[in-house]
Amino acid sequence: MDKLKLIIKREFFAKVKNKSFIVMTALSPLMVVGLFSLIIFLNEKNAEEIRAIAFVDESQKFSDAFEDSDAVKYIDLTSLGIEQAKVKTKEFYYGLLVIPKSDSLNELSNNITFFSNDTPSLTVLNSIESKLEKKIRNLKIAQLQIDVDKIKSIETKVTIDAENFSGEKSSKIGSILRMAAGGGFGYLIFMFIIIYGTSVMRSVIEEKTSRIIEVIISSVKPFQLMMGKIIGNAMAGILQFIIWMVIGGILLTAITLYFGVGDVSSSSAQMAPEMVQQMQQSSNNDLQLILQEIKNLPILTMFFSFIVYFLGGYLIYSSIYAAIGAAVDSETDTQQFMMPVLTPLVIAIYVGFSVIENPHGPIAVAFSLFPLTSPIVMLMRIPFGVPWWQLITSITLLIITFIGMVWFAAKIYRVGILMYGKKPSYKEIYKWLKY
Amino acid sequence: MNNVLTVENVCKNYGSFTALNNVSISVPKGSVFGLLGPNGAGKTSLIRIINQITLPDSGAVYLDGEILQPHHIQHIGYLPEERGLYKSMKVGEQALYLAQLKGMSKDEAKKKLKFWFEKFEITHWWDKKIQELSKGMAQKVQFIVTVMHSPKLLIFDEPFSGFDPINANLIKDEILNLRNEGASIIFSTHRMESVEEMCDYIALINKSNKILDGKLKAIKLQFKTNQFEVGLLSANKELLLNQISAQFTVENSQLMSFNDDLRLLISLKNGETSKDLIEFLNNKAQITHFTEVIPSVNDIFLKSVASNN
Repeated sequence: MDKLKLIIKREFFAKVKNKSFIVMTALSPLMVVGLFSLIIFLNEKNAEEIRAIAFVDESQKFSDAFEDSDAVKYIDLTSLGIEQAKVKTKEFYYGLLVIPKSDSLNELSNNITFFSNDTPSLTVLNSIESKLEKKIRNLKIAQLQIDVDKIKSIETKVTIDAENFSGEKSSKIGSILRMAAGGGFGYLIFMFIIIYGTSVMRSVIEEKTSRIIEVIISSVKPFQLMMGKIIGNAMAGILQFIIWMVIGGILLTAITLYFGVGDVSSSSAQMAPEMVQQMQQSSNNDLQLILQEIKNLPILTMFFSFIVYFLGGYLIYSSIYAAIGAAVDSETDTQQFMMPVLTPLVIAIYVGFSVIENPHGPIAVAFSLFPLTSPIVMLMRIPFGVPWWQLITSITLLIITFIGMVWFAAKIYRVGILMYGKKPSYKEIYKWLKY
Repeated sequence: MNNVLTVENVCKNYGSFTALNNVSISVPKGSVFGLLGPNGAGKTSLIRIINQITLPDSGAVYLDGEILQPHHIQHIGYLPEERGLYKSMKVGEQALYLAQLKGMSKDEAKKKLKFWFEKFEITHWWDKKIQELSKGMAQKVQFIVTVMHSPKLLIFDEPFSGFDPINANLIKDEILNLRNEGASIIFSTHRMESVEEMCDYIALINKSNKILDGKLKAIKLQFKTNQFEVGLLSANKELLLNQISAQFTVENSQLMSFNDDLRLLISLKNGETSKDLIEFLNNKAQITHFTEVIPSVNDIFLKSVASNN
């Protein structure tokens, strides 16, 4: 037992003190945050650009339809006439909106033109169109001599509150978030299994090629060495995961504090034009909703199931990796054995991403019970809520499989680490099982 | 109990290949035991069984009279033929780790390592990584790692490979020192002159079978061919040679000498003794040189393996 501890300690520190581990652990969250910040920054930068749009309103009906916003300024060039306005716009403005003179509002609505140097941005067109539609609507209401207030009073906004039977609220944003969280965690497990499994394999090959293996197994049992290596690497993996979770938690709290509280008051204090204000409010609501939904996610369950499934899946795969490392002489010889190992993992990822669409379908359930795919698929399902019996069955199967796999791998490992020179075939490895 | 290690009728098969067939050896306490044999004879398989790296299919191994058990590994030190240490680990850290795997406490290991590092004057290597050391330097570290836990039984597989003559000598002296301090040593090598120099006992393994073992001196006596090398001074060389040839089987000798007229290798027949030869020669010529030819380990090795094949 003491020796196993020594080996675990060495393997753990060999991994953790490695420069690439430190860099990866520190930089990954920064890279993720950096990437998101960049996207947000670029978006805002885009939005900050003020566009000046000129208009010639020959119908004389729309002069009050265009109110300046933060992003768009409207310039009335009606007095210049169309041709001159075009020349001026070409030089100074983003585009020119021409509203012809017409008695019929319907005819007019089909003859409005927007001239611009480049193809206009869709958001700009949409925003102009909605302004025009709104104005035309008001004009029509006036023509029909209907009280605008009465019309407004019959408009109702409907929001559906989706709720499951145990009383948890769900929403569209919520399910998107669940998909993202499930997908993210599943993918993370996939990456962790491959990264740390390969790291176990490398470490086995290193001991074999540096020939220290014979010295070590004259002191400890091959099984102890293999398990020490697997456990040491797993602990490094969990450490990395916890560090990422803590950093993620801190960032999330920071964002919640900054946006969740900060922006609502400032936007309500701001007397922005009606439309803009509405948009801002709704985007603020979205953000708050997202933060709310993040809080609603079964984060604790997800955290612990990540650890359980990472350990289970990792133990299964890393023992295979260890056996492969023991069977070969160098990393280049591992190719022929890697394919069968990676296949179930890749299948799990593919199944997983389709499972997210239908988290409780038969395919989802089957693959989340099958132990070679369950660590990934089950983790993707967990944010949507998984019945207890499925969790327990899946974990039991996982544990049975990893015990069997470790036993099987240990047999290959024991023989393989002392075999040099020839690249073994599957047939030969099968023979080793019987030595 | 006079044997530190007893191997009894050990067999080991890998699939259909027999690595060891009914091999028995006994290593007396405080001796240097040479384990000899051609490449692929089964020496490494035997050494791995003694180190409990693999288990024998049948037969038994006893250390100090007790059947071999896992805890015995702390009483055995093993220097494999293919050396190796963690390349990117620091020398001191690594030696401490390996010492602890052998069951030493950290403090004890530190003390021992300090002793050995000072003895070999390599204290300044402590914080270096193995990859920064030359091959010979790494070998020294490996030697220390093998002996630091003061095992009763030391197994050296080609201990001198990779060492320059000076360091090889240093290592040889250390091995003999350890023997004098009470350790028993199994010594596997293809360098016959070091077997000659160091071993008290030998065993010869060929094609999975032990074909010879015992005290080196006894084996040498057993292999002597009743040949004598003589140097003679005489006025008439031809006559003398004819006279001797009439009586004995004579070959030219490779003996190097500068004042002899005749240098001969004379074989005696059964029943004849050195006394008969000396008396015969003494009557005919002046004897300047007379030695019984004792076969070298190299000769014994070649002869035994050839006759076994």
